[in-house]
Amino acid sequence: MKTATLTMARSINEGLRRAMEEDPKVLIMGEDVGKLGGVFRVTDGLQKDFGEDRVIDTPLAESGIIGTAIGMAIRGYRPVCEIQFDGFVFPAANQIITQLAKMPMRSLGALRLPVVVRVPCGGGIGAVEHHSESPESYFTHTAGLRVMACANPLDAYTMIQQAIRLDDPVIFFEPKRRYWEKAEIDLGMDLREAWPVDRAKVVREGTDVTVLAYGPMVKTVLDAAAAAEGEGRSLEVVDLRSLNPLDTETVFRSVRKTGRCVVAHEAPTYSGFGAELAARITEHCFYSLEAPVLRACGFSTPYPPSRLEEHYLPDLDRVLDAVDRSFGW
Amino acid sequence: MSVKTHRQAVQGLLPALTPVRFVTEDGSPVKESADYAEPSAELLREAYRRMVLGRRFDTQATMLTKQGRLAVYPSSRGQEACQIAGVLALREDDWLFPTYRDSTALVTRGVDPVEVLTLLRGDWHCGYDPAATRTAPQCTPLATQLPHASGLAHALRSRGGDAVVMAFVGDGGTSEGDFHEALNFAAVFKAPVVFFVQNNKYAISVPLARQTAAPALAYKGVGYGVRSEQVDGNDLVAVLSVLTAAVEHARTGHGPFLVEAHTYRMDPHTNADDAGRYRDDAEVERWQGADPLARLETYLRGRDLLTDEDVASAREAAEAFAADLRTRMNLDPELDPLELFDHVYAEPTPQLREQRQMLAAELQAEKG
Ligand SMILES: Cc1ncc(C[n+]2csc(CCOP(=O)(O)OP(=O)(O)O)c2C)c(N)n1
Ligand SMILES: [Mg+2]
Repeated sequence: MKTATLTMARSINEGLRRAMEEDPKVLIMGEDVGKLGGVFRVTDGLQKDFGEDRVIDTPLAESGIIGTAIGMAIRGYRPVCEIQFDGFVFPAANQIITQLAKMPMRSLGALRLPVVVRVPCGGGIGAVEHHSESPESYFTHTAGLRVMACANPLDAYTMIQQAIRLDDPVIFFEPKRRYWEKAEIDLGMDLREAWPVDRAKVVREGTDVTVLAYGPMVKTVLDAAAAAEGEGRSLEVVDLRSLNPLDTETVFRSVRKTGRCVVAHEAPTYSGFGAELAARITEHCFYSLEAPVLRACGFSTPYPPSRLEEHYLPDLDRVLDAVDRSFGW
Repeated sequence: MSVKTHRQAVQGLLPALTPVRFVTEDGSPVKESADYAEPSAELLREAYRRMVLGRRFDTQATMLTKQGRLAVYPSSRGQEACQIAGVLALREDDWLFPTYRDSTALVTRGVDPVEVLTLLRGDWHCGYDPAATRTAPQCTPLATQLPHASGLAHALRSRGGDAVVMAFVGDGGTSEGDFHEALNFAAVFKAPVVFFVQNNKYAISVPLARQTAAPALAYKGVGYGVRSEQVDGNDLVAVLSVLTAAVEHARTGHGPFLVEAHTYRMDPHTNADDAGRYRDDAEVERWQGADPLARLETYLRGRDLLTDEDVASAREAAEAFAADLRTRMNLDPELDPLELFDHVYAEPTPQLREQRQMLAAELQAEKG
């Protein structure tokens, strides 16, 4: 056992390092990923150890990064692309949506594109505009992409490695306000023993209401569950981890048990991922539900910068309020 | 096209082989005469005052960030020749498209500094009225402002006026697709827009060599049929003379113009950046010797255009400006979170009104 107490940012770094050690075709591309180690230092030290050919500081162009990664993937590489901030993934949207997501199918599977696009996501770090977005729904809406979000250092460490090994393109969301949270990680762990990459995880068992979350909101919801316990309410918290594909088995099992469900995400409520969850749960668990699936999410306004974000972000109170409404139904 | 006219066409677009310069680093005039007219003595004296003020504004903003008054501040210290000349070359009815780096240019344009810093302070809007000031909101997604500049310039011309557009972008921003599309559109439309690249040698940590293999960014205009030039970006006299010519070129119906200014960002990318990871102090020190403000001062003094009293009074005005900014930035403005919903649509949608009510209830609960 080679355990260490690591932040989430460091866990991803170690996951990348291990993936690069194990497979010489894994390489990193992005803006400022080399000497600087990325603005969040997720790639810190990797260029020094693996060289400029495997940790590539690209010209400043997101469309170019993804497009070039596609080209390299065709020749057998497994590029891990870093998008510097969520708000800057949009220049790459064309390459991701029309090419990365579709080329495998258009080539009858002859071309597989094992490209991972890492996107630091979400708010809560006091940033200015365009640095706190939650764009996951644009990508879950796009056939051909796997979409996942890690919520804690251990998952970050294992999921990034699992994502790199997948033959599908992956949009990998990293909740930036959790980058500095720490946990003990066994760096030598056998990846085959890790939680399967497309399975959700019940991270707190409960009996009264299921709360579904992913990425940055998992911790918020766990805090809410702890607070609710004091009031005699038992929340079951499910960390979805993978948004596409979705582990409906775990979700449905939980909802059928509790009979109530609240979905929490930072992204705007309107047309957010919560809508997909609510529809599916209603379809499959209708007779188990005591109340409609409710959402505790962000507002459908542009994400406000630092001075107002506390009002935008769904916090413990907004989650508990939704739980209350579920019980008041 | 014959070979000869073809060659002439290309040559007509090409930038000078070395950056245009009027004043050397030690403040003495350059010997050989340039292709551009030197700005008037009065304009240079005005530029000096603006530069002193701009520098003071910038250091004050950096200080306010250290005190937690701004969420972030991208300083343009060392780039003042560009910041000031880029604005002084314009008429009031011309338009400016600035980036996050260009707060000093906005102050030079006459926008209230507290308004300029509104966004960086963490508010949800750009702080000033773009229509009234003819200054677009400071732009963060790199190069996205440039096609707007081409479009607005085209519209200004279509409506029959002779106003022009000045669009700022960094060296890193020239790698984005929008930069190229904007140049091409402007050229095809013959739109009166000046693209002004402040090449400060870095895009955060990434040096120019990782950004382009071109001999200079100025050459990027040539392929699009855009008249291009490069200039010493720390020589106010040169930047102002070239930009004035570029604006004139655009204003008189000759289409877009690309100017690359070679300059240097003295401070880290923002206060949150650790520049020691990618550049050494010796390099920064070398550029200290090319300081645009000291250079202009020496030059103007050498030509007897600047007295001790002028310098003192410029500094005094700058101090007063900074003191006023400090006082006003130290007040905590009351922000109403419900305003978030007001301007998303011309009229709030039913779904937004619903969410607004929800937030209002949350705020009420917090109070009660
Ligand atoms: C589309 C986009 N991608 C990435 C970023 C993040 N980012 C902000 S500034 C910057 C470097 C820009 O460098 P440059 O264009 O040279 O301007 P400078 O900051 O040097 O003035 C980067 C990568 C961004 N703002 N927009
Ligand atoms: Mg730059």
